[in-house]
Amino acid sequence: MGLFDKIKSAFTGADKKAETEIGETSTAKDTTIEPADTQKETEQYEKGLQKSRRSFTRRLNELLANFRYEDEEFFEELEDLLIESDVGFEATMVIADKLRYESKVENVRSMADAERVIVQTMVDLYGETNPDHHVFNENPDGLTVVLFVGVNGVGKTTTIAKLAHQYIDKGKKVVLAAGDTFRAGAIEQLHIWGDRVGAQVISTKQGGDPAAVVYDSIQTAQEQHADILLIDTAGRLQNKKNLMNELEKMKRIISREIPDAPHETLLVLDATTGQNALSQAKIFKETTDVTGIVLTKMDGTAKGGIVLAIGKELGIPVKFVGLGETMDDLHPFDTEKFAYGLFKELIQQTV
Amino acid sequence: MAFEGLTGRLQDAFSGLRKKGKVTEADVKDVMREVRMALLEADVNYKVVREFVKTVRDKSLGEEVLGSLNGGQQVVKIVNDELTQLMGGEQEKIVFAEPGQGPTIYMMTGLQGAGKTTTAGKLANYLRKHEKKKPLMVAADIYRPAAIDQLQNLGEQLDIPVFSMGDQVSPVEIAEKGIQQAIEDGRDVVIIDTAGRLHIDETLMDELEDVKAAVNPHEIFLVVDAMTGQDAVNVADSFNDRLDITSVILTKLDGDTRGGAALSIRSVTQKPIKFTGTGEKLDALEPFYPDRMANRILGMGDILTLIERAQQEVDEDRAAEMAEKMRENRYDFNDFIEQMDQMQNMGPLEDIIKMIPGMNKVPGINDFEMDPKDMAHMKAIVLSMTPEEREDPELLSQKRRRRIAKGSARDIAEVNRLIKQFKQSRDMMSKMSKGNMGGLENMLGGGVKGKLGKMAMNSMSKKINKKKKKKIVRKKK
Repeated sequence: MGLFDKIKSAFTGADKKAETEIGETSTAKDTTIEPADTQKETEQYEKGLQKSRRSFTRRLNELLANFRYEDEEFFEELEDLLIESDVGFEATMVIADKLRYESKVENVRSMADAERVIVQTMVDLYGETNPDHHVFNENPDGLTVVLFVGVNGVGKTTTIAKLAHQYIDKGKKVVLAAGDTFRAGAIEQLHIWGDRVGAQVISTKQGGDPAAVVYDSIQTAQEQHADILLIDTAGRLQNKKNLMNELEKMKRIISREIPDAPHETLLVLDATTGQNALSQAKIFKETTDVTGIVLTKMDGTAKGGIVLAIGKELGIPVKFVGLGETMDDLHPFDTEKFAYGLFKELIQQTV
Repeated sequence: MAFEGLTGRLQDAFSGLRKKGKVTEADVKDVMREVRMALLEADVNYKVVREFVKTVRDKSLGEEVLGSLNGGQQVVKIVNDELTQLMGGEQEKIVFAEPGQGPTIYMMTGLQGAGKTTTAGKLANYLRKHEKKKPLMVAADIYRPAAIDQLQNLGEQLDIPVFSMGDQVSPVEIAEKGIQQAIEDGRDVVIIDTAGRLHIDETLMDELEDVKAAVNPHEIFLVVDAMTGQDAVNVADSFNDRLDITSVILTKLDGDTRGGAALSIRSVTQKPIKFTGTGEKLDALEPFYPDRMANRILGMGDILTLIERAQQEVDEDRAAEMAEKMRENRYDFNDFIEQMDQMQNMGPLEDIIKMIPGMNKVPGINDFEMDPKDMAHMKAIVLSMTPEEREDPELLSQKRRRRIAKGSARDIAEVNRLIKQFKQSRDMMSKMSKGNMGGLENMLGGGVKGKLGKMAMNSMSKKINKKKKKKIVRKKK
């Protein structure tokens, strides 16, 4: 039984013992990169989510105490509450509409009924985004190529450094490609990281052709029998068609040189981004067939709730999450842990 | 361009209302429900939305909107006014040091990746160009690898000096020494670039307080990514609490964000937005005008910004000369190229078009994007003509056209098309400048109501549709 079923049954009252089991099942799944300290990671999730969770549950309970099923103002307040908790606009509307419907059709009248509907819808939503496989796609016999894309300032270069560090720690040979030839200082930034973590960096001068860097880096990585090639690209807003075409070209060159590559195309998303993240995911997916998301800056107060809508609408799973400034603060994303962090207090209160 | 998604939703909300003669209370409530959804979907803070919707609803119901003949228009006007208020009402100017007080000192602050360093460069460039200042940029981001390189690189591109002491010295010391250096070198503005940091990072927020205390800046800019969601308010609030920021700069407004942060931040912090970043180039920084932004959000265009940009790029005498040429049908390919360059300097064509009132409603306008390469191709064709040919397009025989096609490495069909279009537009300009100038003014002043405006829009949309069809056909081949 998955965690979501457990949470659900806990709320629907089918399995009263769910609470105790949740603590045990929320350990990390088998992912390619094991976090050094699972307990610590769970704490980090919880710490990050703590502030919102506390006010969220308290206010949800207050709101539900005054549940008036035919009152539009109640629903608007509920919507505000969910939006403030960074659940995202789409998810919020799904939840509120479900309750509107249930209160009419299913004759939901009591506070307990309302609570059940809200929580179940939320859990269902989180469940929907839980991907079938959120395993990082590695090439078992040869070079694994990972392309990083995203808008400006989301943390692509830093994420690459963190990932490189983890692979080098595991004894892998890593090559970095400085494909951001546009932004001032981007090439130097990657070089500094390369020196720090011990990875070779392939680059050209600022203003050079990024596609050529990509080509060169593939040649070098293959010649040197590297295990993994991480390709940085310049940040670009998704509505700049010409820049998106450039990205498409870079990807074409990768696939031409190595037919299966890139093995992963990771869209780096800033957790503080709002609804625009959906547009980013949509257009980057169209252009480069994004295979996963890296959700950065999750150590702030933002919750990145927009990944719910992205998972639901586009089916792109979150593969990594950035939880801090140090090299070890990149973790495989664990949907169950993410959800558990959000729901923990609710579960303990309700059951 | 930013806000389009929001504009579309608001226009949908108002479309029913505009058609109505008399507006009822129920109509207002319905519309305001739609407005609320539109704003929430645009990431406007939920508290701000609640307040805004309440104000507009009360005003709409209170004034003589109900029952009056053009009640729908009045509701739109109230929304426009309130949006302007929400973003601060009047445009606020950047603060400088009093004369004789020493250099003006600015601090750039914000989260990681908001665009502080790039904005520091843009601001320095803006102040030199528009305020005749001599800025010095100070590299006080000692944490992010190559942040100093980035600022130095920008300084080289702009030919503006950058002060740096490496990354082993405290930001406070760097800032202090930077100001001394500015005084010694006679620079009158100091822009201190600081490292990006989380608003909940106590140590780093303390550091910013220390820098502030040491240099006593005239402005502390909070640089905010326009795509920020509900968290924008948390961030702005925290920075404001700790530093008492003086103004906000919104970046990445050239994306397709619905721009909720622009609407929330002012009312939460009570600090004005002074600039917006609108592109990758170093001159893409514009002063923020709340009223113009409100107009743009409601799809009313932004004719003032359009005119200002034109004034910056176009010399008035030269423009008069050009008009004279048009009237006499003497407009030639040299003028054509000159105008094309001016247009390019004013920014991406698709953005300019959308500043014209009503243009955002033209079908297909959102998909319209001019590839800078198209412009370059057109220019290549013209530049492959002899000086005589450029002045007298009638000389262009088939033989000459083939030569031009070869010279510019373009298709002969493309050359023919350009020449045909050129002749057509020359004839149209001649006619317009002779008799129909009044019609043109109507078009600009009266929005889409003007007769010519409608005509222009119709033909424009036809052309765009045709172009789209052509593209599809071409792809099929």
